[in-house]
Amino acid sequence: MQQWEGFAPGRWQDKIDVRDFIQKNYTPYIGDDGFLCGATERTARLMERLNTLLKVEQEFGGVLDIDTTTVSSLTNYQPGYLCKDEELIVGLQTNRPLKRGVNPFGGIRMARSACESYGYTLSRKIEDEFTYRTTHNDGVFRVYTDEMRRARKSGVITGLPDAYGRGRIIGDYRRVALYGVGRLIAEKQRDKAALGEGEMNVDTIRLSEELYQQIAFLQKLIEMAKMYGFDISEPAKDAREAIQWTYFGYLGAIKEQNGAAMSLGRVSTFLDIYLERDMKNGVLDESGAQELIDDFVMKLRMARHLRTPDYNELFGGDPMWITESVGGVGENGVPLVTRSSFRFLNTLYTLGPAPEPNLTVLWSERLPEGFKRFCAKVSVDTDSIQYENDDLMRPIYGDDYAIACCVSAMKIGKQMQFFGARCNLPKLLLLCLNGGHDQLSGIDIGPKGEVYEGEVLDYDKVTARLDEYRAWLCKLYVNTMNVIHYMHDKYAYEKTQMALHDTDVHRFMAFGVAGLSVLADSLSAIKYAKVKVVRDGEGYIKDFETTGEFPKFGNDDSRVDEIAGEQLRLMIDELRKTPAYRGAEHTLSVLTITSNVVYGKKTGSTPDGRKQGEPFAPGANPMHNREEAGALASLSSVAKLPYDCCRDGISNTFSITPGTLGKTKEEQVQNLVDILDGYFGNRAHHININVLNKQKLIEAYNDPALYPNLTIRVSGYAVNFHKLSREQQREVISRTFHEAM
Amino acid sequence: MEELYGRVHSFQSMGTLDGPGVRSVVFLQGCPLRCCYCHNPDTWERAGGVRTGAGALFQRVRRYKGYFGARGGVTVSGGEPLLQAAFVRRLFSLCRGDGIHTALDTSGCILDEEARALLDVCDLVLLDLKFTTEEAYRAHTGGSLAKTLGFLDELERQKIPVWIRQVIVPGFNDDEESIGRLNSLIAPYSCVERVELLPFRRLCLEKYQEMGIPFPMGEIPEADPLAVARLQSLVRLAK
Repeated sequence: MQQWEGFAPGRWQDKIDVRDFIQKNYTPYIGDDGFLCGATERTARLMERLNTLLKVEQEFGGVLDIDTTTVSSLTNYQPGYLCKDEELIVGLQTNRPLKRGVNPFGGIRMARSACESYGYTLSRKIEDEFTYRTTHNDGVFRVYTDEMRRARKSGVITGLPDAYGRGRIIGDYRRVALYGVGRLIAEKQRDKAALGEGEMNVDTIRLSEELYQQIAFLQKLIEMAKMYGFDISEPAKDAREAIQWTYFGYLGAIKEQNGAAMSLGRVSTFLDIYLERDMKNGVLDESGAQELIDDFVMKLRMARHLRTPDYNELFGGDPMWITESVGGVGENGVPLVTRSSFRFLNTLYTLGPAPEPNLTVLWSERLPEGFKRFCAKVSVDTDSIQYENDDLMRPIYGDDYAIACCVSAMKIGKQMQFFGARCNLPKLLLLCLNGGHDQLSGIDIGPKGEVYEGEVLDYDKVTARLDEYRAWLCKLYVNTMNVIHYMHDKYAYEKTQMALHDTDVHRFMAFGVAGLSVLADSLSAIKYAKVKVVRDGEGYIKDFETTGEFPKFGNDDSRVDEIAGEQLRLMIDELRKTPAYRGAEHTLSVLTITSNVVYGKKTGSTPDGRKQGEPFAPGANPMHNREEAGALASLSSVAKLPYDCCRDGISNTFSITPGTLGKTKEEQVQNLVDILDGYFGNRAHHININVLNKQKLIEAYNDPALYPNLTIRVSGYAVNFHKLSREQQREVISRTFHEAM
Repeated sequence: MEELYGRVHSFQSMGTLDGPGVRSVVFLQGCPLRCCYCHNPDTWERAGGVRTGAGALFQRVRRYKGYFGARGGVTVSGGEPLLQAAFVRRLFSLCRGDGIHTALDTSGCILDEEARALLDVCDLVLLDLKFTTEEAYRAHTGGSLAKTLGFLDELERQKIPVWIRQVIVPGFNDDEESIGRLNSLIAPYSCVERVELLPFRRLCLEKYQEMGIPFPMGEIPEADPLAVARLQSLVRLAK
């Protein structure tokens, strides 16, 4: 095939196998960042144009424009451009940059209220159309039990994807470039035919219909590209086409789906093969290669979904989680770092710092030193990237996995997940003490039991109660998720994304917990200090008086760190007892996004001394300002949390002042490399790095005009600080900044 | 081996400002000096702190070995670590045996047999040369410059790498003459690898208030980092 000329042949030619193509063809790069080029004049011009639009969008309250008359899909909008004559990579979600489409398939109410909260009205046409149409949301609420509704309302499980797209599914967008969509359709047709030869039962009939939809949407994808003047039924023939084809795959997905996290996968080393080939052929230079990546990333930075204010409380800052996993090491021990790994990170300089795409470095002790240092430099300069432990994940997921959202690993095109938000652990503790009664909302949620008797909490008695209520909650949680994902498959199936997966796909069901450090410290207080209960007029426990010292999570103190680990193990063991929809494998994450603020708000005072309404720490972080032994002790506590119980990821957000990291820039960079090596060497899973002064955030809080592009890492992703709510901003400021005294 | 105990003020798992790379820093309790700008007055009393075994402390440091990389390690500061030289020696021996780089942060005010023995296991000494004349040194620390210089002689004899440090206090030693004197003082020593001038800061004010003791430098402004950087450019090493 002419498009494959110059590529080393292999198994990838006979079957869909992008990994094999990469392994046979990529060029590892072990040098430093010296080869990189800056932005071209063209890139700078386009970026200036985009920055102007972004500024207006911000001034308009966060949304530039909404098309209220068109339902978002692959071919429903006329082609749109940022600047048609100058763009190297084209394609927008709607017909104009930053204009948002509406996607009512998750739920019409959500679409309606999202429009209204920005001063728009959903058109009559769409309202009418969806009067006769069942949405995912409709389906879920037809089946939800009273208990599920109560649990949802009280906030013991929150953020459930029952009114919007579940997301966290990564299409293998590279397949579009490597094989062309025509080949992908042929493969799916073959799978469908083979399926028909076996027994037709609930599973095979459902899958067969899904394959029909996948094929239909692959055809739409071809049509969509045709509107922009490209024929993607054929493989890409050069680097520009490879990037364009890959982007079209992604664009189709985000036109079709408004999933919470719409991650990109792991494209940089794949694309590098095309860039290298063009450079070898003398048709592209370094500046041209960077320009193509820049243009691609600029498109990704324009991706938008329409959300409601409620949603933004949970997932602050208008994120898309266009997570791109960079780096890592192959199963043969050879780093997967290429020049394009650098080029992707370099966009934070050529285009300036920004939260998207969510650049995620897969860290290994075996990464080339030059790459490690460049990553650390980018962190020190931009606070825009996160790191995850490739040495921990590779043995499980191989070397062609990617991160969805923040910390969810899966083999690209071979595994998917059912996203399951999270449950509120401190609230569960309070529920078990109050015999299933939610003191804050006044409603009974869990199984009715006796309120804890006695004045002082006893560790063994409390944990026995916790076991009982955990069992109740986990069963309810799995069942609720089963309902949600059955309905999502039925009414809002991800046709484009699943078409870019193998037909026989492995499924995870990803549960989550919030408030781990609050729970661990509370149990530690009960065990090692004296916790007296304070009751309300009806005898329910509403507060605690804690006296004496107790070990706190984040100080590398095994007495409490082990409590945290044990709670996670108990949680996943309990979840596994209830079978998950479609035979999915249960996984667990310790991740909150920005919902730690809302969760805290919905939770009464806890025995660790946290008062009613106060935010939890994000993700797996220790509680704010309880770390007494410094940064490494804090990191070590988090590193101890068992990844084998939390295969969906353990998120840690680490903020340190530049002066504490080292005296000079050079020392800061090298010290950060050493810290990352140490942290991941201890089998930790994830870390967000912020190198900044708290003072800067306070100034930005008081005067937003001072640092308009201030980007920071929060739990699992990056945000523009000014897109957070005031409450979320305050919470970020109140967190621990590791600082030398 | 019998456990040796020392009095530890606090443990900071990560520091990057006291020696090369990423380091754990142990602050020991007790100090014979009373420097006017001391930022750790809570380390003065010898009787305070937590009695800790050297072996246990080593195990704690060792937990962070993975973070130290090729350059980092442990720094023992204070207080004045030389007051507990045998204890520090035990800790450093254990660290060295495990491949952990050792740095001693001291004023060099004691040079007895135990201190000499401790130097055998120091990879680096951060020597605080507080003032450059005997009068000023006595007046503002209660100690003697001669002792610090005597200690430096011993470091030179044992060929132990030294980083000289000095806190720059406005109105006290922030003038070119003072830096000139510092240059002449260190000129004869080939063991001095680096000189770090540190700006005086007032962060410790709260500590003094909590302890209910007057901060002698209450009226002195913080040193301007740019002025300190300018003085730093005047520093000359022997090598």
